[in-house]
Amino acid sequence: MFGVFCYNLSMAVIKVENISKNFGTLKAVDNLSFEVEAGQVFGFLGQNGSGKSTTIRMLLSLIHPSSGSIELFGKSIQKNRASILEQVGAIIERPDLYPYLTATEHLQLFAKVRKQKVAAINITKTLEQVGLSHRSQDKVQTFSLGMKQRLGIAIALVHNPSLIILDEPTNGLDPQGIADIRSLIQYLAKEEGKTVFVSSHLLSEIEQVAHQILIIHQGKKMVEGVTKELLDPEKRIVQIKTLDDVKALSIIVAGSFSQYLLSRKEGIFLKLPTTAIPMLNESLVQSGISVLGIETKNSLEDYFLQITSNA
Amino acid sequence: MWSLIQIELYKIFRRPRTYIAFGAIAALIVVIQFGLKIDGDAYAGFLMKDINDTLTVDGKVLNGYLICYILLQLLLVHVPLLVALIAADMISGEANLGTLRLLFTTPYSRTHWVIAKFIAASMYTILLLIWLAFLALFASMWIFGTDDLFLMKSNYVVLIEQSDVLWRYVGAFVFASFSLLTVTSLGFLMSSLSSNSIGPIVGTMSAIVFFTILSTLNIPLFNIVKPYLFTTHMNNWKEFFDIKVNIDNEAIRGSILNIPKIKTSLMVLTLHIILFVTASIIIIKKKDILS
Repeated sequence: MFGVFCYNLSMAVIKVENISKNFGTLKAVDNLSFEVEAGQVFGFLGQNGSGKSTTIRMLLSLIHPSSGSIELFGKSIQKNRASILEQVGAIIERPDLYPYLTATEHLQLFAKVRKQKVAAINITKTLEQVGLSHRSQDKVQTFSLGMKQRLGIAIALVHNPSLIILDEPTNGLDPQGIADIRSLIQYLAKEEGKTVFVSSHLLSEIEQVAHQILIIHQGKKMVEGVTKELLDPEKRIVQIKTLDDVKALSIIVAGSFSQYLLSRKEGIFLKLPTTAIPMLNESLVQSGISVLGIETKNSLEDYFLQITSNA
Repeated sequence: MWSLIQIELYKIFRRPRTYIAFGAIAALIVVIQFGLKIDGDAYAGFLMKDINDTLTVDGKVLNGYLICYILLQLLLVHVPLLVALIAADMISGEANLGTLRLLFTTPYSRTHWVIAKFIAASMYTILLLIWLAFLALFASMWIFGTDDLFLMKSNYVVLIEQSDVLWRYVGAFVFASFSLLTVTSLGFLMSSLSSNSIGPIVGTMSAIVFFTILSTLNIPLFNIVKPYLFTTHMNNWKEFFDIKVNIDNEAIRGSILNIPKIKTSLMVLTLHIILFVTASIIIIKKKDILS
């Protein structure tokens, strides 16, 4: 029942093109596009209710997109579901598990549905990886939320997938647990060469592990970029406020400042070297734009909070 | 597919709720057997009070075969409700628990999972029926012994030689499995429509009660739909105990009075099973998993 799995490493592991999802009149995801390269940790950021989980459910074919296309490993998820999901491990939102089964039984159960036989040693190793080996024979009903979260991650990892999708993996974890999961994500990408797609509503969690960040708000992409560049201390995020934002934007897009443009949906945001800020101001004034203000943001977090609290 | 069925069976039998039905059936049967063992003669006398003047019956009327018949009459009406406890929870229970998304992100398709779940629920139903057969038939045969089966129908009596009885029970239990599998598939359909456990269980029970009333009511308007209702056919296991007679009004050994009726009922029940399961698959395939 499973197709032969062939994948070229130079391809994007995840390729999402213009996906939208409507629930009645509510547009949960709006024309979203992005790509995730192999071996990357990709941070998917957004407030609660911003459309992150809906997007992840579409990636995993739990929700059918209203429009657009999704490719994983270069193949359409709708047409090659079985062969693709063989290579994917995921946790989605809450760690919902069977309360009457033990941690080991959970892993045995989910190992059983894989084409490749999962050795018992892998189950032990995975439980050790997530710090649950001492509770392996305990029923899940006795677990704390953090332990359930760890077990959820173990289920995602037990069959050694190439792509790991983690939706809010640190929910319910204590600071040590959060640090452990962060280390695990880094280990999986760096040492095992896995691609990790991790979502969170906390930038501070993502910025430490992700190579690439995408911020989503009300189902729309707000910003996407390489984490190092987005967090570059030499560059500042600025919001331009003018009397005519449309004209100002067209001038920015047409000129050399377009390379710095972050977002135009919730205001005009640019990330540019500090020295370029007066030049930008001058350029706009010379074009006849009345600049009301150029507000600098101290960090990507400020920017994230600003765009997600504006609407 | 076998792996999926094993997983589903494993989950069913690790849940304490599963054993409620087995316990309830055992308790009911033991209580009835105990009552009939203690006060069975009075019960038999009450059953035969109308024919005592015209008919003399030798031997042991209240034997294991009759006890089993009495138990089946009583229990096969209520066992569907116990079946609904598990079947109607198979999909919605997982949706409620949030584990459905774990299953549906494995390489197996939703159709595979739904079929595996239905097969597992069906196996549970069959096991429940085997448990019922073991207690109602074999335990009764052991406790009360065996003799010819003497049945009082509405306007006639049936006497079946004891050597001609056991295969009829086999037939009756096979027929009953179709009846209960219809309930399983109905519970399954209800389960696919909901994301909580209680709604489908109550829904299945309500549907059985509703259609049973329609099947029982003798109103001409309902007579049109009666042949198509599964509840009309569920109790036709009794047909295995209606026997043909020869010209001298003697029972013909190994005969069944109305085989076409049994065949029709089996066909209607099978069609219902196919319809309910197919509808469940279609619903689940189209459903967005939001839980």
